Amino acid sequence: MKELEYPFDADFIISNKKRIKRQLLENESDFIDKKIALLGGSTTRDVLLVLELFLLNNGIRPTFYESEYNQYYQDAMFPNEQLESFQPDIIYIHTSNRNIEKLPTIMDSEDEIDRMLSNESQKFVKMWDQLTVKYHCPIIQNNFEMPYYRLMGNKDSSDIHGTINYINHLNAEFYAYAQMHDNFYICDINYLAADYGLKAWADPFYWYMYKYALSIPAIPLLSYNIANIIKSILGKNKKGLVLDLDNTLWGGTIGDDGAENIALGPEEAAGQAYSEFQKYIKSHQQLGVILSINSKNDYENAVKGLNHPNSELKPDDFVEIKANWKPKSDNFEEIASDLNVLPESLVLVDDNPMERDIVKRKFPKVSAPDLERVEHYIEVIDRSGFFEVTTLSKDDLNRNKMYKQNAERSKLQVSCDNYEEYLQSLEMKATIEAFTPVYMARIAQLTNKSNQFNLTTRRYTQSELEEISNSSDYITLCGRLEDKFGDNGVVSVVIGHIMENECHIELWLMSCRVLKRNMEFAMMDVMVAKCREMGLKYIKGSYYPTAKNAMVKDFYQLQGFEKIHGDDIGNTEWQLDLTDDYVNKNKVIQIGGIGNE
Amino acid sequence: MNRDEVFDKLNGIFRQVFDDDEIIVTDDTTANDIEDWDSFEHINLVTAIEASFKVKFTMDEVMEMKKVGDMADAIQEKTRK
Repeated sequence: MKELEYPFDADFIISNKKRIKRQLLENESDFIDKKIALLGGSTTRDVLLVLELFLLNNGIRPTFYESEYNQYYQDAMFPNEQLESFQPDIIYIHTSNRNIEKLPTIMDSEDEIDRMLSNESQKFVKMWDQLTVKYHCPIIQNNFEMPYYRLMGNKDSSDIHGTINYINHLNAEFYAYAQMHDNFYICDINYLAADYGLKAWADPFYWYMYKYALSIPAIPLLSYNIANIIKSILGKNKKGLVLDLDNTLWGGTIGDDGAENIALGPEEAAGQAYSEFQKYIKSHQQLGVILSINSKNDYENAVKGLNHPNSELKPDDFVEIKANWKPKSDNFEEIASDLNVLPESLVLVDDNPMERDIVKRKFPKVSAPDLERVEHYIEVIDRSGFFEVTTLSKDDLNRNKMYKQNAERSKLQVSCDNYEEYLQSLEMKATIEAFTPVYMARIAQLTNKSNQFNLTTRRYTQSELEEISNSSDYITLCGRLEDKFGDNGVVSVVIGHIMENECHIELWLMSCRVLKRNMEFAMMDVMVAKCREMGLKYIKGSYYPTAKNAMVKDFYQLQGFEKIHGDDIGNTEWQLDLTDDYVNKNKVIQIGGIGNE
Repeated sequence: MNRDEVFDKLNGIFRQVFDDDEIIVTDDTTANDIEDWDSFEHINLVTAIEASFKVKFTMDEVMEMKKVGDMADAIQEKTRK
């Protein structure tokens, strides 16, 4: 689909995703099905939805596993039934510099920085090893993009305390792993961000508002890039280039102007551009790309041009030279059939829109990128990713080294599958207290936007919340969670309505940022303690199912409540008898430890 | 740009984003009125509006957008300048 070919209109794709998907599915039925696990360190929703479009456009119909917000590490490292039964064909890890746990400060010694670097890269290495052992499938891993700001300015790049310097080292570790491991691929977001414009790519608006690590308009570029890697892994790269001559490989019309007058070579600007383009095309031979010519010219003139002293490409470089006056679509078809490949595995490189159209009309799946100005030819072909390289044959020396390293690594096998140990290592601290004015806006915001970890999905205005917090008929709790990587802010909100000797939980929600941290148990421990202080006998809670909150269906059961009612649409009611023994369930979060408290 | 023109364009954007040619938005249309309008689609709407009207909203402005009327207000405010 033209809309999905480089250079695409990113805004158009973002706002027309649904329609594009519908059309792709309507127009094509011949797909290969692949299961892709997207493990994210930030919001991934649109990365996934746009990736789906580009894959469909490549004849790949994906089903996705999408980790919860920022659960990439947990999903990879700990037992995960959902992912295990999903059995991914490909895993993509979408992390960014927002996920780097610790950055050097000016005070850190060289040793400390080395240790930091090794901890950070080992965390990833262990994760990749673990995923490989468990899923035996290709892994695509983002490298780190450059930071949004430079504390030390230019020195940030050369000094070991600089973030830029540190990220470059981290990336080098990633590349070293990639060099040693087949089936492990770097998604070079560092290049993409630079290409897009780092300032626009990393616009913090999208991070603060939606926890996207890159701006939404930049997402199609990323997704396109991921799709290229995937289609390459799946063997769906293009196989060859079919090239026009006049105004494609040189400037001017050789039949009219004569070989001596074509623009090619160092004498003037256009000639230089054509020369560089020829060099670029010629380098493709090293990648095993098949080159052929499809030109409206007399054969003699075509060969004369290719034998021009400034021509980088020589007649011998081409598997086939079709220079004649037949329709280009006919030539194209013959080239494909001579090479014994499908027409759509060849790319037409032609500056003339009419010729491109003629070929596309006969073979709609053929790519024929728009070439408008010679100085941009390389850009368009290069960024189209037709020949994205995922495997280059390596020599045996390298292979031996790789096997050796693998053996050593498996000795160090990842032993971190005790989840509680992991949670302990996060050094979590929480403050859980009644609503206070300073948090009221955040509390209101959470009540209005939390859909998934939300038992009743009740919405409140800020004034209603203020009223509730001032009333002695309610118990309110707001929980703030901090760990060694930083402060998550207020992440959980609970409202209990006291009726006689019972506390009815009207609202219980938690931000998905802190899923699986046991914060919900810490909250319940506090809730139970408060209710007992007040001499209450029961806590009652309800679960009202919505399209989005299935993840908390068993919440009360996990909290040790007893089910007292359920109806046919899935609403359930639960109670906890406070006269029974209650053992605090949270063992990993220290309560009351944030800040000066 | 007058309010009718803004709404005309907004309507087009909503139809695009939700792939539904029957959507008609009014001042009071909210996420509750359009089935697929969740927080993710909200982001897309904002991005699409920014691209289409060639404006850029601040975080505060986006937070204030509870209904389509709020969006139109913000757009008119921006395009007037």
